Amino acid sequence: MIAVLDYGIGNLRSAEKALVHLGADARLVSDPEVAATATGVVMPGVGAFGPCAAALRRSGLGEVALDAIARGVPFFGICVGFQLLYEGSEEAPGVAGLGVLGGTVRSLPEGVKRPQMQWNRLCRRDGTDSALLAGLGDEPWVYFVHSFAPQITEDVVATCDYGGEVVAAAERGRVWGTQFHPEKSGTVGLAVLRNFVKAYSAEESTAAARRAWISSAQ
Amino acid sequence: MRSVRVIPCLDVDAGRVVKGVRFVDLFDAGDPVELAARYDAEGADELVFLDITASAHERDTMVEVVARTAEQVFIPFTVGGGVRTSEDARRLLRAGADKVALNTSAVADPQLVSELGEEFGAQCIVVAIDARRRPAKSGANSRVGRKPDVGKHGGAGGERDGADTGADGRSDGREEASWEVYTYGGRQATGIDAVQWAVRCAGLGAGEILLTSMDRDGTRDGFDLLLTRAVVDSVTIPVVASGGVGTLEHLVDGATIGGADALLAASIFHLREHSVAEAKRYLASHGVQVRPAET
Repeated sequence: MIAVLDYGIGNLRSAEKALVHLGADARLVSDPEVAATATGVVMPGVGAFGPCAAALRRSGLGEVALDAIARGVPFFGICVGFQLLYEGSEEAPGVAGLGVLGGTVRSLPEGVKRPQMQWNRLCRRDGTDSALLAGLGDEPWVYFVHSFAPQITEDVVATCDYGGEVVAAAERGRVWGTQFHPEKSGTVGLAVLRNFVKAYSAEESTAAARRAWISSAQ
Repeated sequence: MRSVRVIPCLDVDAGRVVKGVRFVDLFDAGDPVELAARYDAEGADELVFLDITASAHERDTMVEVVARTAEQVFIPFTVGGGVRTSEDARRLLRAGADKVALNTSAVADPQLVSELGEEFGAQCIVVAIDARRRPAKSGANSRVGRKPDVGKHGGAGGERDGADTGADGRSDGREEASWEVYTYGGRQATGIDAVQWAVRCAGLGAGEILLTSMDRDGTRDGFDLLLTRAVVDSVTIPVVASGGVGTLEHLVDGATIGGADALLAASIFHLREHSVAEAKRYLASHGVQVRPAET
């Protein structure tokens, strides 16, 4: 099961529906105990970093997210859910993110409209080999809604041009994240989510084998 | 890089898409979900559903339309019309809408904009403004025989009218033109200045302005470019221009002269005069950056 973490912020349906559309067993999950059994985790998020971080902590799902990441469960953070993977954000000084990815979240460059609310072209980072972006064209268009974005670090696999280079996607092992909304980026976005479902399916078949092995001993 | 969004608008009445000219002559244009899927396939960047149903019962129909759309269409969509209370907004967002557009309810209770913005994120909250040109002021300086409605001939015409006035030693067209906010589907004048209202909404935390010229809506004469430009220049949040698109040239004008971040149109798409893909090719060939339609 892919748990789409429901920590009480905004509309999380779209991510769940896109995954279900791709044939994945995805569910909105608010109960930490249920979320802990997931073999794939998606962490959406909309709005501001501070309230999202607080809600994530309050719900108990932040710990579940960290445990899943520590166990190597495929993990996908979207938009503010992506930003929460970092150490913190300029938007909410003093509020801690999960700190799974090094670096912090910064405001978009001066001189451009904020939020960026539009489609934009992805630019792959040279020398990165991305499972998240596998099979996509050269400069695919995706949909962004945000005023902040993580700083550029070695985990970044794609950026977009919005008053300068702005982080669009990052990947560190099985932890993936996108600043854009794959669930709202048409066929390109569905292809990104399909890549995640593929990674999850591999994990899930291992988990199923483990369950079968344990039950066969009883 | 800035790219301009092309947004087909679907007026929905009792679960069917309809399109009328100035709220009359409604005709049936199909099933909203089917149409939404078609526009998505043609390369639409977003969709707007405007619920023009009056009865509360049909509101539930709209929630069903939203839920069905969210299962099949994976581009952003906004729902407006009849979002009276925060509970209405919640139901639509929970059903899968990405944004809700507040109109009458925002005028009645501006705090609703902040309240919903805090709960769901500002990017979910669109303020829809229906604006109508005010007749030119009939003060001591007013000219005999001057047409009160300077908007009939498009933005450029409006500017020319303004320049004429300027020769009289008065302010230019843009400063002089003003627009009034209407609510209840265009039936109720509010006395509120549309540009000032847009600024206030941005301050309250609205994520976007959906700006409809009532003078142009359904006329196919083109956007009210002066109105569009006046609002775009006054706020920093995105502005969706709406009302009056009859040709692809009008879309280009809305992006270039009007400066709009997104362009909304209905009948040219519903009547299949142009596909969204054609519109985008036309915009691109006229120097407007758009996401290319998938082929």
